[in-house]
Amino acid sequence: MVEKPEKLLIDGKRLDGRSPDELRPLKIQAGVLKRADGSAYLELGKNRVLAAVYGPREMHPRHEQQPDTAVLRCRYNMAPFSVEERKRPGPDRRSVEISKVIREAIQPVVFLEMYPRSAIDVFVEILQADAGTRTAGITAASVALADAGIPLKDLIAAVSVGKIDDTIILDLNKEEDQWGTTDMPVAIMPRKKVITLLQMDGHFTPEEFKRALDLAFKGCEQIHELQKKALRDKYSIKVEEGQ
Amino acid sequence: MSEVVSKVKRDYIVGLANQGKRADTRAFNQYREISVEKGLIESAHGSALVKMGNTQVLVGVKIERGEPFPDQPNSGVLIVNAELLPLASPSFEPGPPDENSIELARVVDRGIRESKAIDLDKLGITPGEEVWAVFVDIHVLDHDGNLIDASALSAIAALNNVSPPRIKDWTLPEFPLVKKPIAVTIAKIGDKLMVDPSLEEESVMDARLTITTIEDGSICAMQKGGIGFFTLEELEEAYALAREKAEELRRHVG
Repeated sequence: MVEKPEKLLIDGKRLDGRSPDELRPLKIQAGVLKRADGSAYLELGKNRVLAAVYGPREMHPRHEQQPDTAVLRCRYNMAPFSVEERKRPGPDRRSVEISKVIREAIQPVVFLEMYPRSAIDVFVEILQADAGTRTAGITAASVALADAGIPLKDLIAAVSVGKIDDTIILDLNKEEDQWGTTDMPVAIMPRKKVITLLQMDGHFTPEEFKRALDLAFKGCEQIHELQKKALRDKYSIKVEEGQ
Repeated sequence: MSEVVSKVKRDYIVGLANQGKRADTRAFNQYREISVEKGLIESAHGSALVKMGNTQVLVGVKIERGEPFPDQPNSGVLIVNAELLPLASPSFEPGPPDENSIELARVVDRGIRESKAIDLDKLGITPGEEVWAVFVDIHVLDHDGNLIDASALSAIAALNNVSPPRIKDWTLPEFPLVKKPIAVTIAKIGDKLMVDPSLEEESVMDARLTITTIEDGSICAMQKGGIGFFTLEELEEAYALAREKAEELRRHVG
């Protein structure tokens, strides 16, 4: 969409037909890569995100080993073909920052102290981008960590909330991200109900900020259910009738 | 950006926080002494040196002719860059920008950009061909904690210091700085929140949250950092602190 649409919200519905508090269709699958120790694939609207976990494994370079804890490393990367105009391969400033905030969003739930001197690597690959890739990446990465069998205190569910045409909305799509007023990615520990990632740009009054945060929690609850389902689908043992 | 700290010191700072105290005797809602000196750099079109306790950040603004972005052919361009100079800390090393300097630059950038502090639409020259490009270069000179607030304050003070007559071929009456966004960083140590963390507080803090607000108290940018978390109540407390302190800091911009 090159031109800004006149309205992003018509009769209470968004341009893709959703109501303000509705997520895009979300699909999460655990354990999709053979070589990785843990992995997950996620689709959220047109986002296609793959997360892989390697480790705990030996830390290279060795001088970065920590004698009392594992080190969590994250790499967020966008495929050159993931966006409209080809993205130059390799890390840019945006992806360096996003890698950092993803790591900081996930680290609170990982029992790193159980694996001294080792590294746990989390790779988030954006195959197709449709706004909200960092939060989709966090959601997928925490499923991949669980799939890798790494002890976690909780999962991490993440979603973006924002403001379009003075209305607070859940899970911005690309048009809403581009033309809307505000974008606020949030990650939470769903059971403890605390915030591990919070970024925001745009404009919020304090009241709008509170409402947006409440909406983010509601969205994350739904995401959390699908994360658990993805893990159950892979790991529950199916008992045939009559056995 | 935090540094290694001994367990004794960690226990000391965390213990103090639990009693409502800080190692440098400040209150939780108290900044270190702040000074802002503007116009120190004659070769820059605007500049400011901010001292926040022992932390020193120098920002220089350069305004040059540049090309617009294709999607906004008649709007000026804002570029924010930060350098953590090796002279500022034993833990800074020369080389390409690392994640800390990139995060610092991007957090300052978002505060200015998202608040529309500079009316970039006024900075067109020839539509589609030439616009004014505003370069905000953050030079960290001495790192004793809270680089974000010092850099954001220094950037906005330097932009406020821009004197148009010194820019070649400049035609506008003045530089269109229309708002003054202020970043306030709140550190969380244990379950206590405090503004303007010193270096040693940063090295033991669980998490930090930077809230950038404009004059009417609305929020234009936020960034959480560190590996801890915030509860909803803590966010409310953090916003109240940010709003209170932003007014105080804005007075230094002049």
